[in-house]
Amino acid sequence: MPQPEYTSLNVTVCVKRVPDTETRIRTDGTGIDPTGVKFIVSPYDEFAIEAALRSKEAAGDGTVSLLSLGEAAAQESLRAGLAMGADSALLLTGEMGMDGLATAKVLASELDGSDSALILFGVKAADDDQQQVGPMVATLLNRPCVTGVASFEVKGDVAVCHRETEGGVEVTEVDLPAVLTITKGEYEPRYASLKGIMAAKRKPLEQKEATSSPARLRVARLSEPPPRAAGRIVGEGPDAVPELLRLLREEANAL
Amino acid sequence: MADVLAFAEQRAGQIGSAAREAVSTAARVASQFGGSAHVVTLGGPGLSEAAGTLGEVGAASVALGEHEALADYNPEGYGRVLADQIAAGDFAAVIIPATTVGKDLAPRVAAMLDVPLASDVTGLEVVDGALSITKPVYSGKAFAHLTIDAAPAMITIRPNVFPVEQHAAQGVVSSFTPEVDPSTWRIRVVERKAAEDGSLDVSEATTVVSGGRGMKEPENWPLLESLRDALGAGAALGASRAVVDAGWRPHGEQVGQTGKTVAPKLYIAVGISGAIQHLAGMRTSQTIVAINRDADAPIFGVADYGIVGDLFEILPRLSEEVASLKAAD
Repeated sequence: MPQPEYTSLNVTVCVKRVPDTETRIRTDGTGIDPTGVKFIVSPYDEFAIEAALRSKEAAGDGTVSLLSLGEAAAQESLRAGLAMGADSALLLTGEMGMDGLATAKVLASELDGSDSALILFGVKAADDDQQQVGPMVATLLNRPCVTGVASFEVKGDVAVCHRETEGGVEVTEVDLPAVLTITKGEYEPRYASLKGIMAAKRKPLEQKEATSSPARLRVARLSEPPPRAAGRIVGEGPDAVPELLRLLREEANAL
Repeated sequence: MADVLAFAEQRAGQIGSAAREAVSTAARVASQFGGSAHVVTLGGPGLSEAAGTLGEVGAASVALGEHEALADYNPEGYGRVLADQIAAGDFAAVIIPATTVGKDLAPRVAAMLDVPLASDVTGLEVVDGALSITKPVYSGKAFAHLTIDAAPAMITIRPNVFPVEQHAAQGVVSSFTPEVDPSTWRIRVVERKAAEDGSLDVSEATTVVSGGRGMKEPENWPLLESLRDALGAGAALGASRAVVDAGWRPHGEQVGQTGKTVAPKLYIAVGISGAIQHLAGMRTSQTIVAINRDADAPIFGVADYGIVGDLFEILPRLSEEVASLKAAD
């Protein structure tokens, strides 16, 4: 079967709204108290948006669509992506917990039949760090998936991906249409220009209720991190080195 | 009685510490359930000796799938084979190391089996007959205690966190030939480049020496390399985001949010202030040492031991004394 050449490239990027890493987290049993919490686009998803924009630019034509599942406030995150240069956005309003498979099912039902040659995800979300929704969506859609992509290039009907593995780099070729999860690599996200921010206000941002998918993995409780035993300053300057090494060897058993 | 399955990955025919940790953890959880630990290993021909050693760390049996096409990891080959192995048994839990391979493989297998997945878990116990699963969330600012209402419970565990325990029994290895057809694979690895100097990856190291802005310029890194070399074979270099963004160090060394998460036995942070993004990637390390000229730097808040002062004076002395300590061993 002849494969299309991508002179026009449609890309969908799945994005998640997460609490800013710098923000203070107050747990209230099974969730966080959102009062006073600043929310951002998960940083890895910003890399994915940047990667999508660059691949569309390289192809010369096409669209970058954003897709998010979450509460209505996630519109804000989608606007931020539109301001970076994405063309349109769709927000599926609904519960998103830590069960990545439940999330993947909702996204996959929306993406089934998508004409996007590439569906991109951040390699993980900065809040729950589950790093699973991308490959799960790919499996449900029966598309191939390459994870942890530091850079890629669309060549004909394949994407050539560079990924970092333990102790090296792997170059992987994947047939399109495909799902990629993007890591930082070369994708320092562009700042939205004032013009981009203004334009984003007029770009289509659709919202509809998500299909429901029951969660089978739940947060029973959120707790403070286990306390680390109070640390101590061993001393000042190079003269503290022998005492440090004694402690590491005899007390911490770390050397 | 419930059995637990572990996936033990091999790389170039070697079964590494992360895989042994997964097997040992499976054995511990299985014994708490009153069952036993079974292992699946996939690779090219000639792995039976390596697979046989898994009995020593708790495997009651090892199903070894050998096929030329599985010598190197490819999700298109490994996913289906592992999913079929899991589906053929009756397991309460499946434990996979959260390595690059495990993090790539586990979500696909979970989706194939239609079960949820808990990733990069740091705590795993059986309490009142049910799994109690713990993992850091929100950059390590909170811990989530999870329940999974499905069988098997799929879990990836953070490397270096769970102990490897020695067992007397020998695991029985049974080989099988997986049915795989690489011609149908949509993903092809065209090149594998090992790290240029063959150095150990930061995520696999038992000791990490990380440098930040306080190193002043990239030309000063030989000071950290000397310390790494003095610490021996299990040591690797890490870096803060600031020095990676500045182009001083490769992204592969970055520890923290947007980089790697590490949990070595010993983490030495040199000239790193300790932004929350950095702490997210290293705060589950067993012992943390901070060297910084600013006594108020946040890194001292998570460090077990700190030295305040000029790192350019401290590092050479530290390398020298570590080297002589190691030489005396």
